[in-house]
Amino acid sequence: MSNSMIIGQYIPGDSFVHRLDPRSKIAIIFFFVIIVFFANSVMSYGLLALFAIGSAATSRIPLTYIMKGLKPVWFLVIFTFLLHLIVTKQGEVLVSILGWEIYEEGLIQGAAISLRFFLLIMVTSLLTFTTTPIEITDAIEELLGPLKKVNFPVHELALMMSISLRFIPTLMQETEKISKAQASRGVDFRTGSFKDRVKAVIPLLVPLFVSAFKRAEELAMAMEARGYQGGEGRTKLRELHLGKSDVYLYIMFILLVIGLFLTRS
Amino acid sequence: MGNTQIEFRNVSFRYQEDMPWVLKDVSFTINNNEWVAMIGHNGSGKSTIAKLMNGLLFPQEGEILVDGQQVTASSVWDIRRKVGMVFQNPDNQFVGTTVRDDVAFGMENHGMARDLMLKRITESLEAVGMNGYERHEPHRLSGGQKQRVAIASVLAVSPQYIILDEATAMLDPKGRKEIMETIREVQSARDLSLVTITHDLLEVTQADRVIVMNGGEIWMEGTPRELFRKKEQLIEIGLDTPFVSKLAEELKGAGLPLTREPLNHQELLEELWTFHSTR
Ligand SMILES: Nc1ncnc2c1ncn2[C@@H]1O[C@H](COP(=O)(O)OP(=O)(O)O)[C@@H](O)[C@H]1O
Ligand SMILES: [Mg+2]
Repeated sequence: MSNSMIIGQYIPGDSFVHRLDPRSKIAIIFFFVIIVFFANSVMSYGLLALFAIGSAATSRIPLTYIMKGLKPVWFLVIFTFLLHLIVTKQGEVLVSILGWEIYEEGLIQGAAISLRFFLLIMVTSLLTFTTTPIEITDAIEELLGPLKKVNFPVHELALMMSISLRFIPTLMQETEKISKAQASRGVDFRTGSFKDRVKAVIPLLVPLFVSAFKRAEELAMAMEARGYQGGEGRTKLRELHLGKSDVYLYIMFILLVIGLFLTRS
Repeated sequence: MGNTQIEFRNVSFRYQEDMPWVLKDVSFTINNNEWVAMIGHNGSGKSTIAKLMNGLLFPQEGEILVDGQQVTASSVWDIRRKVGMVFQNPDNQFVGTTVRDDVAFGMENHGMARDLMLKRITESLEAVGMNGYERHEPHRLSGGQKQRVAIASVLAVSPQYIILDEATAMLDPKGRKEIMETIREVQSARDLSLVTITHDLLEVTQADRVIVMNGGEIWMEGTPRELFRKKEQLIEIGLDTPFVSKLAEELKGAGLPLTREPLNHQELLEELWTFHSTR
């Protein structure tokens, strides 16, 4: 099948960032999200940006991809920037446009918030660019492991995620098949009023749902026949390993945190 | 060794209290190292038998023994390790995101050590001729390839019995041939009993023994050769005989004395030339 079947945004590679244990990547992103809110000086923002850009550079993901990943959030970034610009009324008045006064503080805050947004989205999209969805699933299962003690269904959640990953391409193929079959009978999904198009989609959705339920039932049966009885006593083929790269990552991150608190104003 | 067989003793089953019996007083034995084919029209109870064999269902009457151990809710996890199942739909039994993950699934469930899993993955994929596909996702495989992976997944936990419930029904002729060859190789290489449920009478000819189901009862039990002698009755219960059998019938009708019931083209050909050279 075509490459469009690949789920998510994973770009195969063998860079430093690709080789990191997905658990490390998720943990570091989690803490990065927190420390971003501690930055308050130009220098501290500079350090955070350096870390994000450095990570992107070592991942060898082309800049164009990362830019594309930022596309859906441009609107949000500009919106929050303008909001701060308009609402904040502190500091000196910089300019006055058509009776609207732009304050110095507004400009600074707007810029800071936008920058935070950018940094967060950049590091999280780096995760999805360099980590396969199944690795992310495994990492989440491991990281949430302690929650099993309070009866949180960690294993079931991870299994659900991996089965979804397994079946998304199958269901996409099926959707394509059904929509072609319907189109060949004269169903038109693209033109007509909104109501007409919704009507046209129903004969697509009904068989898709019917088949999805049948699949679910058969899959449950097949899993049971192969001895599935929940996460208890199960071993795992896929293992995660912390390596040297992970140690480097942690060192870099600790340095970043120290630097951040030294450069805060 | 002792008891190495699956035994149905007067088994009756229905899905619900107020529904008709789906199986009525069914008794049979699957012996060690034997290949048994099971045929019968749709709804005759074949899949129900398959599910009873590894404890996906339990009978209301009678008992089922696997190697002398009764199939009950408490023995079911041992039983499922001994009795492997391959279903009809190649997609709906593929659990893993890749071939090797899928082959590992059953072994993971049984808590096998990782080293052993890696070894068994290689071995069982080799047995079905799918080595080299370890990292492939299911959507990049053909139906026949997926079914071979399903067989490998079952082989990996090294069961004593494998049940294939219409495992070739959704495949094209090429996929069907692939699976039948795989099954034959696996059966000859390992100490293994096979139950193949099928509509394809050509598949039946390869089995040691045939069980014909009709309306929830065993209609006939015997060798494939014995089966195809009963052409009229087979047609009566909605089953068709293979082309070679029909041709042999016609030839007999035309006055050619065939000595035995030919099962395939090769055998018919032998019959014909011996007849030709002895007249
Ligand atoms: N889950 C079920 N619930 C109720 N009835 C069922 C169920 N599955 C099968 N049956 C009924 O049991 C009978 C035997 O079905 P099955 O064993 O699937 O036959 P076969 O595999 O030979 O086609 C059929 O009449 C069928 O309608
Ligand atoms: Mg059936």
